[in-house]
Amino acid sequence: MSFFFEVLIGGLLAGVMYSLVALGFVLIFKASGVLNFAQGSMVLFAALTFVSLTERGINFWLALLATLAIMVVLAILTERIVLRPLVNQPAITLFMATIGLSFLLEGLAQGLWGSQPHGLNLGIPDDVLVIGDMFISTFDLYAAGIAAVLVGALAVFFNKTRVGRALRAVADDHQAALAVGIPLKHIWAIVWAVAGFVALVAGLLWGARQGVQFALTLVALKALPVLILGGFTSVPGAIVGGLIIGASEKLAEVYIGPYVGGGIENWFPYMLALMFLLIRPEGLFGEVHIDRV
Amino acid sequence: MIYRECGQFKTSYGSDQAIFPIPQDRWGVMLALLIAFMVIPAIANEYWLGVILTPFLILALAALGLNILTGYCGQLSLGSAAFMAVGAFAAYNFELRLPGIPLLLDFVLAGLVAAGVGIIFGIPSLRIKGFYLAVATLAAQFFIEWSLTKFGWFSNYSSSGVITAQKMVILGYDFDTPLRKYLLVLSIVSVLALMAKNLVRSETGRAWMAVRDMDVAAEVIGIRIMKTKLMAFAVSSFYCGVAGALWAFAYLGTVDAQTFDLHRSFQILFMIIVGGMGSILGSFIGAAFIVLMPIFINLSAHALFGNAIRPDLLSNMELIVFGGLIIFFLIVEPLGLARLWQIAKEKLRLWPFPH
Repeated sequence: MSFFFEVLIGGLLAGVMYSLVALGFVLIFKASGVLNFAQGSMVLFAALTFVSLTERGINFWLALLATLAIMVVLAILTERIVLRPLVNQPAITLFMATIGLSFLLEGLAQGLWGSQPHGLNLGIPDDVLVIGDMFISTFDLYAAGIAAVLVGALAVFFNKTRVGRALRAVADDHQAALAVGIPLKHIWAIVWAVAGFVALVAGLLWGARQGVQFALTLVALKALPVLILGGFTSVPGAIVGGLIIGASEKLAEVYIGPYVGGGIENWFPYMLALMFLLIRPEGLFGEVHIDRV
Repeated sequence: MIYRECGQFKTSYGSDQAIFPIPQDRWGVMLALLIAFMVIPAIANEYWLGVILTPFLILALAALGLNILTGYCGQLSLGSAAFMAVGAFAAYNFELRLPGIPLLLDFVLAGLVAAGVGIIFGIPSLRIKGFYLAVATLAAQFFIEWSLTKFGWFSNYSSSGVITAQKMVILGYDFDTPLRKYLLVLSIVSVLALMAKNLVRSETGRAWMAVRDMDVAAEVIGIRIMKTKLMAFAVSSFYCGVAGALWAFAYLGTVDAQTFDLHRSFQILFMIIVGGMGSILGSFIGAAFIVLMPIFINLSAHALFGNAIRPDLLSNMELIVFGGLIIFFLIVEPLGLARLWQIAKEKLRLWPFPH
């Protein structure tokens, strides 16, 4: 039984890391209705920039600030060059533009900093914690803690600050928000900057876990089932979805995997999300969409 | 002046409802086919036929399939490469387990198997829409890739999961040189493209477009959503399946499941968005663009910098230029390159006296 709990807790902790990536998607989808496929590339870009800066002897916090500044500039440029000319285009066009953006970012990150993998040490101890007869990685605990703090901070930002309220207004209705005087352009730049920040945190944690390399962009694929399970527009959905996906993925690999030859981690989350969608098409916490003719 | 329908009177329903009602279009298509069948084989060398034109035609066929589903029926799919994989493996297994099966029948059966799988993975579309559906189709992509690798039966227990396509023989005639393969692929693609062109202006095609524009409204006027959507998934997967079989038999020769990974699905999606959603011509223009662009970038980089440029930098530059171009084209013409051709036609009708 304790083996079951060990797998469960490992899965839940991994799930938190998925939520972290999913959060970036949710932020942008809420504010602009765009499924930002470039989120994975932003994770890679941020992590690679940070690692390359620290490897050139720049202080940890200074590198963090510099990377953050670069992500903000990137957000502003994206809004200016990509999103603004595409206002009022169908969602698929915007989605496509973000795929183009993801190619651009991947090329840019690896062209600037080289494509060899880097190790990343954040100074977080990676020991094994023994509780009863279960083994839990302390790194995972720290990562989960950081993710929890981030989610809390975002919740406060969205609910208590002026900008956060403006963001929620934009998410509800672009035109109504414009009518009450909310500057849509600035809001989009801010959202992309916040998503860039989330990408940076996710990039650091994932980078420390599996090295900073091209495979980091694939993390985005792990976040997609989390998104459809939790609902594209819900921050709590991203968290709960991440936990469910993380736990069930690990449990399935351990308990179902051996019967079908293993390696089911890749598609199991998608199938789970799919089954779930058949029952509740808008995800766990997504807004119920009413069609009007 | 050249492109004007003035004075062309339709005197029968038949001529009014022809696929290409304007003679200029008809001649244009005839001319294109003539060039493709007669002129290109005469002037192109083996490299062009085997490495550029054949994959271009096959990918155009896959793009056509995705365009039917996404462009005409409005169901966004990221799993088209998986259906290509089903087609390729099905064609291989039919040849293997039913020796002596006619090649064309083999391709049709492979397409039908892909269509069946497509229907199964199309069922969620009855409940979910838009990006939720797009992500759900990823399930098809990963599941099919996994099962083709995992279960040895599909690849006849080959240890690496790689299948080697059998020889292509029709009535004792061996399609073995690049030229012959090119002609075979061209014939199949031409016939299927003509079928698609006809299909999208039939009752089925109109139902697809009604569902795309607003499915609730379509349901209200009496279109059966379930039949329409699943039909779109089936036809689309059939086209992708045939394309996959051709990819294995006429282009690569040996393929494994990873040949048809997510990257390929995206490539096909790019084609229809760059070329034009809901346009048969757009599938071909988009495929040409996506196949030729990397070659063009590569050549121009070599012309500009010579061999001084590092290969890894070059591949990254390719990514940057490619991504940049996609964004550029979306901003300039969100409806795709086929739309540019339509605008050109409008202009040509008035030219040279636009007022």
